[in-house]
Amino acid sequence: MNIQQQSPFEPNTVSRRAFIKMVIASGAAVSASAYLFRGSTLIGQGSLPGSVERLMTLNVNGQMRRVDVMKQETLAMTLRYKLGLTGTKLGCDRSECGACTVLIDDVPHYSCSILTHTVRNRKIQTIEGLERPDGTLHPVQQAVIDEQGFQCAFCMSGFIMSAVGFLKTNPKPTREELAHGISGNLCRCADYDKILRAMMRGAAYMQKTTT
Amino acid sequence: MAIIHDVMPVFELFQPTTVEDTAALLEQYDKDAWVLAGGLDTFDWFKDRNKRRQVVVDLSGVEALRGVKKAADGGLEIGATTTLTDVANNAMVKESFRLLSQAAALVASPQIRNQGTLGGNVSQDTRCWYYRSGWTCYRAGGNICYADTPTAINREHAIFDANRCVAVNPSDTAPALIALDAQMVIRSSGRERVVNAQDYFIGPSVDITRMTVLQPGELLTAIRIPATWAGAEFYFEKIRERQVWDFPLVNIAAALKVSNGTISDSRVVVNAVAAHPMRLTAVEAAIAGKARNEATATMAGDLATQGARPLAHNGYKIPLVKNLVKRAVRGEAQV
Repeated sequence: MNIQQQSPFEPNTVSRRAFIKMVIASGAAVSASAYLFRGSTLIGQGSLPGSVERLMTLNVNGQMRRVDVMKQETLAMTLRYKLGLTGTKLGCDRSECGACTVLIDDVPHYSCSILTHTVRNRKIQTIEGLERPDGTLHPVQQAVIDEQGFQCAFCMSGFIMSAVGFLKTNPKPTREELAHGISGNLCRCADYDKILRAMMRGAAYMQKTTT
Repeated sequence: MAIIHDVMPVFELFQPTTVEDTAALLEQYDKDAWVLAGGLDTFDWFKDRNKRRQVVVDLSGVEALRGVKKAADGGLEIGATTTLTDVANNAMVKESFRLLSQAAALVASPQIRNQGTLGGNVSQDTRCWYYRSGWTCYRAGGNICYADTPTAINREHAIFDANRCVAVNPSDTAPALIALDAQMVIRSSGRERVVNAQDYFIGPSVDITRMTVLQPGELLTAIRIPATWAGAEFYFEKIRERQVWDFPLVNIAAALKVSNGTISDSRVVVNAVAAHPMRLTAVEAAIAGKARNEATATMAGDLATQGARPLAHNGYKIPLVKNLVKRAVRGEAQV
């Protein structure tokens, strides 16, 4: 991409999302990350018990992905900036908002607050992994579309992952139980009533598809 | 203070798989090592650049530190990295020590309980935001308390036992464990020591920079709950502003043995009122042998706050403690 060649009067046709993905695909991210993540201060510790290899295979959405991960890197950083899975959002980066929620072995976690190295041998599912290979949406995703349950929807992938994780432990919740189950997610539009309605509809859709 | 959103500063990471290897690493790196369990307290410090260690020892691979086991005496032994969700949902904990499962279920948010550990919850640092924002206060090695100045905002701070520092212990499970006479099993290379839960927590007059007796190089491996209070009458209540995420303004854990309406023995513990959970021994002594009724409860409540010294903005904690103790002694049924 060469931005200079574009006329200043033509709108830039590259969306933010496409741009981020391009940068990840190109070498730019590699050189930038080499600057961001400086080398470790402890050299030659590789032989101690429990020492960690940076190159790892991560099980994400059913795929085994090879990735080079810094020791201090959080799962949210790896998913968004190394694997291009930008459906996982970073809100607060302090486990206070829930936008980065993903499932680790089917259990909701804040991906901003867990090291990627900690989940090396576990099964990670993000919002991108919810739809079936044939493109059929997950019942909770379909319910969100049918109910139009979100306003700006920045918090949506986190809410959906929380709800999907919670519904695995309680497939037939009351509205109160569901509210409690997804209480670890914030919506700054304060659209909770419609979000809950969408999630309840998702629970109902799941009943239909399983029975 | 600005919130930093990039990758945290570099550290060397170790992921041992046995307690022995963990203890060896902690001994080797001593003050340079940071023990990582759930990480929910840890990463705030690292991301905000307010605390930093050369070496982080991640306990997530040490299977022996996880899970709830039945002990020989009929009590339980809970591994330090058992998640709060697992503690809250465990059938054995629910059956005998419902107080602890109630406390664990009220911590923070579902995702935090899914990752946060019991050992981490009792060993976490205080939430005083002056300290956590990196101000060089007494607790951070300086010579001033920013939370106890004429203009300080100190609604969440201590009403008891302040000594220069007015921060409080924010744990929900700590008072429950003290009420159950739990014991903390602490391991360092080659040694194991067992400390009563009550003595695990320390105030600023003992050591102003630490919340617990854990020294560098030491590891909390398990929490033992004796059968002593199994099936007693329990009361847990947590007061907070939002019903999710928030740390307690005050919480209370009580265990009472009642026969024929008379209290024979009890434990009453409140937290978030001092730098350590407060066992109210005066209340326990006063209600022993008394009928469990409104009069005893009122007397206990009045006794609970004697000696309290509120700061500019936390005077509300005095009636709060009073009423919580009253409710705990009176019992849930009559609330």
